[in-house]
Amino acid sequence: MASSDDTIRIAMQRFGHGAKPESRAHLGKDLRGVLLADVDPAKVRITQSDLPSTARGIQLVAEVEERRREARAAARTNANTPPSSPNSPMAAPPATMVENSASPVPPRTPVLPPDPGDVRLRDVMLAEAKARIELGIAAETGFGERWVDFWSNHFCVALRRGQILQGVIGAYEREAIRAHAFGKFSDMLLAVEMHPAMLHYLDQRQSIGPASPAGVRQKKGLNENLAREIMELHTLGVGGGYTQADVTNFAKVLTGWSISNNEENLDGYGGFFFAPNRHEPGPQIILGKTYTQEGKDQGLAVLRDLAGHPSTAKFVARKLARHFVADNPPPALVEKLQQDFRKTGGDLASLARTLVTAGEAWTVPQTKLRTPYEFVMAALRATGEKPEKVPQILNALNLMGQQLWNPPGPNGHPDHEAELIAPKAIKTRLEFSLQAARLIGSRIDPRELADQLYGAALGPETKQAIARAETRPQGMAILLMSPEFQRR
Amino acid sequence: MKPVSTSPYCESLPLSRRGLLGAGVSFFAWTHMPRMASAAGTRDPRFLTVILRGAMDGLSAVAPVSDPDYAALRAGIALGKDGDNAGIGLDGFFVLHPAMKTFARLYQAKQALVVHAAATPYRERSHFDGQDVLETGLPGVGRVDSGWLNRALLALPKGDRILTKGGLGVGTVTPLVLRGDAPVMGWAPQKLADANDDLSRRVMDLYTHTDPALAKALKAGLMADDLAKGGQALADPNMMARAASGAARLMMKDEGPRIAVLSYDGWDTHANQGGVKGRLADLLGGLDGAFAAFEKEFAETWKDTAILVVTEFGRTAKINGTEGSDHGTATVAMLLGGAVKGGRVLADWPGLKATQLHEGRDLKPTTDLRSVFKGVLAGQLGLSPQVLAEKVFPGSGAIKPLDGLIT
Repeated sequence: MASSDDTIRIAMQRFGHGAKPESRAHLGKDLRGVLLADVDPAKVRITQSDLPSTARGIQLVAEVEERRREARAAARTNANTPPSSPNSPMAAPPATMVENSASPVPPRTPVLPPDPGDVRLRDVMLAEAKARIELGIAAETGFGERWVDFWSNHFCVALRRGQILQGVIGAYEREAIRAHAFGKFSDMLLAVEMHPAMLHYLDQRQSIGPASPAGVRQKKGLNENLAREIMELHTLGVGGGYTQADVTNFAKVLTGWSISNNEENLDGYGGFFFAPNRHEPGPQIILGKTYTQEGKDQGLAVLRDLAGHPSTAKFVARKLARHFVADNPPPALVEKLQQDFRKTGGDLASLARTLVTAGEAWTVPQTKLRTPYEFVMAALRATGEKPEKVPQILNALNLMGQQLWNPPGPNGHPDHEAELIAPKAIKTRLEFSLQAARLIGSRIDPRELADQLYGAALGPETKQAIARAETRPQGMAILLMSPEFQRR
Repeated sequence: MKPVSTSPYCESLPLSRRGLLGAGVSFFAWTHMPRMASAAGTRDPRFLTVILRGAMDGLSAVAPVSDPDYAALRAGIALGKDGDNAGIGLDGFFVLHPAMKTFARLYQAKQALVVHAAATPYRERSHFDGQDVLETGLPGVGRVDSGWLNRALLALPKGDRILTKGGLGVGTVTPLVLRGDAPVMGWAPQKLADANDDLSRRVMDLYTHTDPALAKALKAGLMADDLAKGGQALADPNMMARAASGAARLMMKDEGPRIAVLSYDGWDTHANQGGVKGRLADLLGGLDGAFAAFEKEFAETWKDTAILVVTEFGRTAKINGTEGSDHGTATVAMLLGGAVKGGRVLADWPGLKATQLHEGRDLKPTTDLRSVFKGVLAGQLGLSPQVLAEKVFPGSGAIKPLDGLIT
């Protein structure tokens, strides 16, 4: 097909993170080919060496807590002297792994290597956010980053669940999501559900089998949060054919899944840990099948079956089509994706290829509203602004209703118009556009940029409104707020 | 799993006019007009809905301490009539969580009431579907993008002042309960920068010609912002109270909305929810702070105000293995304000024995929340039972409005 300006806009906005000024000139005729080339595991890998692994992130959290404990103790022993740093940036609610641990052994403070300087966990999160944003800007089309963003939101955790998430949120996305973005769905599912971030976020580490040794001794029991959300949000979907009994039995299967905080073994520290004495013994029936495996293998077997369940293929197919193409996607497209998922056993690279080559994905009108994150990424790419002030970018996203890595619930940030088009949120997009335009000043002529980005895909009304603006910044703000830029 | 949002509404006009037109021509409807219809002069009702997202544990907020099975189910976190874990006595059977001192005072002043063992018709346990049913007001999960509060506005006669003033959604996302064809504005307690009026006008002009949906949203956003200007900055760092104050200040104004919705997140207390103190106690204390802020900011309009506090469902009767509670069914609704006929706990108590629990695990619902919604809408907006059954809550003819909620 010919690369008309309209189809370029589809390639760059529906699938990608938005055009850069030079994009149209570079793309050539084979838009599908360009997008297919982005289905590449290497392109969505973040390899910056200074970003901490999950284990290191958890160590940092423990260190910060230890310092705070020491400061408190010092303040107590010397009541006349106020604590040295009462305004420490770490003075957040202590929902941390060590203090929250339901481990049967009273947790001790891990012995950790000394850390130079006062590491701030928020700085870790900001460095991760910066790496993510920079990769989104550098990518040619950004399709891979959009794909990662989708899966990260599908398997979301939230910073609001306490400090431990600040320390590991980026590592979680890199190790569990990006590493499997173009691999098998089942591998991503296992990596996600075994990751400390998820085990903490959905309370799994506190769940104890009532008939397990620890359960009997402590008279404690199940927490079914993770089991339910895996079925409802990560695999089968609501109406996917599971019952309350399946949720409860699955919760039993998952007991013992926890996070290692054994300082004797720094190799395993901060990773997945199976605690046999918290595991509910015996076989469990889930979705009509009896699982007789012992230990963590029982949970792994259930997860693999859930990954291959037809309801999962259906749920994922529809959610993908809704996210990328339309709030009400063409049924034929959903069917194609579902068939692909089932035929390949959940091969995500194949699924991505099917999405960008499906005819339906190129013919649906471009009425989908960009999410705040997509909008901000597109604005940065179009204007060439550098993401030096990450906190300000994150603050803007927050005010637009999409705080990075901090969705309101485990169903993630919304991506459909009814949720996104709230008056306050749109007003905030206008304020953001004005602020960005003021930063850019007269560096860019918005008429020229609009032509570079859209060519003939720019409507006459928008073209005229930009041309009639009083100043260049005002014209730039109008371009960023135009329906051409806001919708995809 | 964590946070959520809220909502409210309010204000009005000469009662007699709205009563007459709102009821339509049916004589029968007249017989259901609230007493305010005959009051001298004008009343200016305001109605605010607060949604607690995440499923608030009604058995902790308003604990049935005289139920013989309560203490054992809640071992470790149960409230009592006296002693270290004492709640605030309400009626001899129920106690209120001690973090809710403002609500307790209003209850004593007969300006607050509790409906217990209440639930929407939803009987599954998904937050998101549960909130959808709570907000659409439909009998089950359905793909409808309009909420009962918006439909209640639309059911008012054309030109009604409450309708033209529209609804207010607090927060960056318009809650589903307020979505629909009636005008809606949004407001949130923070913003980035003032978009100058000229740019706003130009972008509005562009949208008017190219994108009606964006035009509608931006217009509403700009309008709410104008109204909120001039409000004093609140010193209170508590966001619940801040959002409450901001909403009340908008609704106070002569030209402000009379209907509003606020959401508060974070009620999904699966683990370590705590008893007299702890995570849930902190949340309830924050909510109580919002109640105090409402009472203060509504000031002389408090007497015409009703605030309804609801959540998508309750939590398991028995605590789970992690001293929290999992997704359940029935819970409490709270109603407060100067317009409320308070000082009561309304409950057809189902009991907490294993055989009395819904599916052997949850407090059984004995009151359909829609009857509460209807009772408040009838009292505050003068909507008739027929209109409520046909237009606002379609297919709910069998669910009668709860009478006598509003003075």
